[in-house]
Amino acid sequence: MKLLEMNHVRKAFDGTEVLKDISLSVSEGEVVSIIGPSGSGKSTLLRCATLLETMDGGELVYMGERAAWNDASGNTVYEKPAKLKHIRSYYSLVFQNFNLFPHYSVLKNITDAPLIVQKREKEEVYQEARTLLAKMGLENRENAYPCELSGGQQQRVSIARALAMNPKILFFDEPTSALDPELTLEILKVIRDLAKEKMTMVIVTHEMNFAREVSNRMIFMDKGVIVEETTPEEMFRSTNERTREFLGRYHDLG
Amino acid sequence: MSFEMMLVQLAQGMVKSLGIFMWTLVISLPLGLLVAFGRMSKNPVLRTIIKLYISIMRGTPLMLQLLVVFYGPYYLFGLQIGGSYRFIAILIGFGINYAAYFAEIYRSGIESMPLGQYEAARILGYSRGQTFFRIILPQVIKRILPSVTNEVITLVKDTSLAFALVYMEMFTIAKQIAAANTTMMPFVIAGVFYYIFNLLVAVIMEWFEKKLSYYR
Repeated sequence: MKLLEMNHVRKAFDGTEVLKDISLSVSEGEVVSIIGPSGSGKSTLLRCATLLETMDGGELVYMGERAAWNDASGNTVYEKPAKLKHIRSYYSLVFQNFNLFPHYSVLKNITDAPLIVQKREKEEVYQEARTLLAKMGLENRENAYPCELSGGQQQRVSIARALAMNPKILFFDEPTSALDPELTLEILKVIRDLAKEKMTMVIVTHEMNFAREVSNRMIFMDKGVIVEETTPEEMFRSTNERTREFLGRYHDLG
Repeated sequence: MSFEMMLVQLAQGMVKSLGIFMWTLVISLPLGLLVAFGRMSKNPVLRTIIKLYISIMRGTPLMLQLLVVFYGPYYLFGLQIGGSYRFIAILIGFGINYAAYFAEIYRSGIESMPLGQYEAARILGYSRGQTFFRIILPQVIKRILPSVTNEVITLVKDTSLAFALVYMEMFTIAKQIAAANTTMMPFVIAGVFYYIFNLLVAVIMEWFEKKLSYYR
């Protein structure tokens, strides 16, 4: 089943087209990586998918439920807020700079939304949060505050916070870009473990080797369009000039 | 007049000053938040009105504002004033003046919050109200505490402006005793009282700051 469908997405900022007719779908259990140079529109695409940004044109569907569609003149109209709130429960997002709540302890960062937003049972939420923390290797840090943690630990807390909402699909927006290489490995390990558990994920990343290893499908974006969309093996054997040029630059560096 | 007598009378005035102080905070701290919302509103009419209000409150003397609030009803509408309206006028005058200052402090704090906090809250499904009261406001309070302390200390001293409406707070009494007995003493005592009052304010606010220093 298709968890996410985005059809013919258009988005411009002050007249500059950032997304030009992008279509993308994600099935259950898939891990999709989106790569591309800075300014290619990959983060904007993620922000449109997570309703942090509004699309100018195009359709957004989660689990067969429409969040947005085109009106007669081809401009996006969004669902009513109540319906969007429901649709938001299907996904979560891990940010580049974590965006943890600094005034909440680690445990409260993870449990607050399940308790307040989803109004779930306290016992159950706490138990699940502790299980998630253990999975993230942070079992002894539940009473710490974000400022007392390393960047890698903070990002692991933010992944736990996202997972505590039990999303069907988890988005990552350059989850390791704010981290040094060592801490990056910590996070990549966590994502790899999630992939083994068949968590559906869409990852915007600059970690080419990681993307190649962890994903079922890779999408290469440039200048607001999808240049290529294929398996990692095919992507790295691509004959497309633009793809080769971009990946080649990484090869040279590596 | 004996020293003890002065002390007792000034202490009675101090209680009234404290009343102005407390009531002003009770009124202006929440009101300031509402004003800050108006100041940041998407509605241009509301925003402009609030901007004008803040500008007048900051641009004219508080003493003049007090006089307008107190005598305005009589001069403008011929209403009988006096008695209990004196204190109410003081609360209105101080309340709306301090609300304007607090509003700008709130605004500076709210606008300094990183966008990422709102986005994280949105992704997690918090409503707008929950986002503001659970995520944003607690962090804003920590950020603005030093500016609020400044304003609160100014308020302690500003309570003396109530003398313009001949309200029997400490400064009014000090002036009367000084004039009747041709002595500096009541001013010295009043000065010491204000100073101790502010020392307490500073200690309490420092305690608050410390309590909120558990995170960065």
